[in-house]
Amino acid sequence: MTDRRPAVQELTVISGKGGTGKTSIAASLAVLAERPVIVDCDVDAADLHLVLSPQVKERHEFKSGHEAVIRGKDCIGCGLCVTHCRFDAVKMVEKTPGEATFYVDPVACEGCGVCVRFCPVQAIDFPERLCGEWMVSETRCGPMVHAKLGVAAENSGKLVSTVRREARRIAEEQHRSLVIIDGPPGIGCPVIASVTGASQVLVVTEPTVSGEHDLERVLSLARHFSIPATVCVNKWDINPAMAERIEGAASRAGAHVAGRIRYDRAVTSAQLQELAVVETAGPAAADIRHIWHQLKLQE
Amino acid sequence: MTIAVASGKGGTGKTTVAVNLARVLDQPVQLFDCDVEEPNVHLFLKGTQQGEDVVSIPVPVVDEKLCDACGECSRFCEYHALVSFGTKPLFFPEMCHGCGGCTKVCPRKAISEQGHRIGLVETMQAGDITLVTGRLDVGVAMAPPLIRAVKARRQGGLTAILDAPPGTSCPVIATLRDTDAVVLVTEPTPFGLNDLKLAVDMVRELRIPFGVVVNRVGVGDERVHAFCREQSIPILLEIPDDRRIAEAYSRGELVVEALPEYRSQFMQLWKSITTGLVEKTEVTHANL
Repeated sequence: MTDRRPAVQELTVISGKGGTGKTSIAASLAVLAERPVIVDCDVDAADLHLVLSPQVKERHEFKSGHEAVIRGKDCIGCGLCVTHCRFDAVKMVEKTPGEATFYVDPVACEGCGVCVRFCPVQAIDFPERLCGEWMVSETRCGPMVHAKLGVAAENSGKLVSTVRREARRIAEEQHRSLVIIDGPPGIGCPVIASVTGASQVLVVTEPTVSGEHDLERVLSLARHFSIPATVCVNKWDINPAMAERIEGAASRAGAHVAGRIRYDRAVTSAQLQELAVVETAGPAAADIRHIWHQLKLQE
Repeated sequence: MTIAVASGKGGTGKTTVAVNLARVLDQPVQLFDCDVEEPNVHLFLKGTQQGEDVVSIPVPVVDEKLCDACGECSRFCEYHALVSFGTKPLFFPEMCHGCGGCTKVCPRKAISEQGHRIGLVETMQAGDITLVTGRLDVGVAMAPPLIRAVKARRQGGLTAILDAPPGTSCPVIATLRDTDAVVLVTEPTPFGLNDLKLAVDMVRELRIPFGVVVNRVGVGDERVHAFCREQSIPILLEIPDDRRIAEAYSRGELVVEALPEYRSQFMQLWKSITTGLVEKTEVTHANL
């Protein structure tokens, strides 16, 4: 067996619950790291660019999958497509009284192609679907790969995989050893795409019943994919007893507890100035620096 | 009437708005936790569990005796859930959307379907509130089929409030489809504003009437308010940045119970949604 340790390390910041401070912390880590490549994998509500002010160097269209489009003039109104569609995406409209025609709701269509295949008069087109775009940019901390998913578009997982692949390529090419990934909330498809194969996840949680509940699920996800997890409790002083309980549960679940971050209004003021928290003064900035040193990253 | 509570950004207070709104209603209400990846509504209600049901999606089973490795199913599958290299197909259930296409295209009728578990739907009764929660199994990628199973519990005639997942992608769309109005919860920060704009584009694309709740008013700046003014988007409720709310939330308490002075504001919110958003839209439609 060859040494399977990746030459480039990938640290993914996730949270389970949204709004716990992932992006503020990821931006700070990007500032603290020596020569990182930065990735925003929260492709449907990306915010990291608001702090790191990227200068876009390259833009790429993101096409993924197909969508069914019925040509109204060729549709004979047999309705077979409706019976085949499992996603309730084909809708009927009355062309003239008593004469039906059909159209596909692009938002509901999952691009499976069943209606296309079984239309008896081949009246359904199946063009590639433009789902968004991804960009390579320069920031004050290093190169950044980010994306914008189209309005109501699908396939966020594939877009996440695309931006991660590009970031790894840049890291290898420029001999940068760390990729910092700002992940999406939840535990579903874009999160799975953000964490699979990562060297470590940093889970940012908050001392609330929701934070506690969601942490448990996100840690099981990390275990499911065998990724070492580090946990930090943001705004811990909102509920100190809960912070302690969460840290205990995290340790018992096998995660490394890296520290706590105080509730600090400087976090929002940094955001208003388009700065990372550690680029401003305040107790939260000191707490984040401490957590950065606790992350067991190989130099 | 079905109302969804959504937001681009996570952690802005969707669950707080949905559950407190349901609590102040003076009528039986169905509350749906459609944030199936991280369902939290149940943490704020005390009630009795009514039961849980396993939700599955139909996935293919290949009859090895009938399959002649023609590869038609794997060529057809848009999701690469069936892969064949001149061999009998390998199946990757986590990629399968359950479209049923492979069973239909197989020339030897060698593919049938069986259920593949993706999660649970749980029901709880808490006073007038019937809570229906979707809980996605850890490691399952696709939330929309479970969200559809949660929403299938809607009973006509009853008011339904849906707590949506954060973001603007497929799980949110699955939640918002066929709702009468959407409440977008945001906070007055640059992140809040950026994600509100994305959410507004989304609900406009879906053509659903909507309004905004601004949470933690006082923490940031005026840009969210200015945006809503410019875009003629109604601000339905402003919740101040009150540390007592954050603390009550952290303990799993309802704002309207821990801090009863907020009760009338949530009642007013309901009135603004029903008369300001839903009825107004119905009148506009009637005039067309």
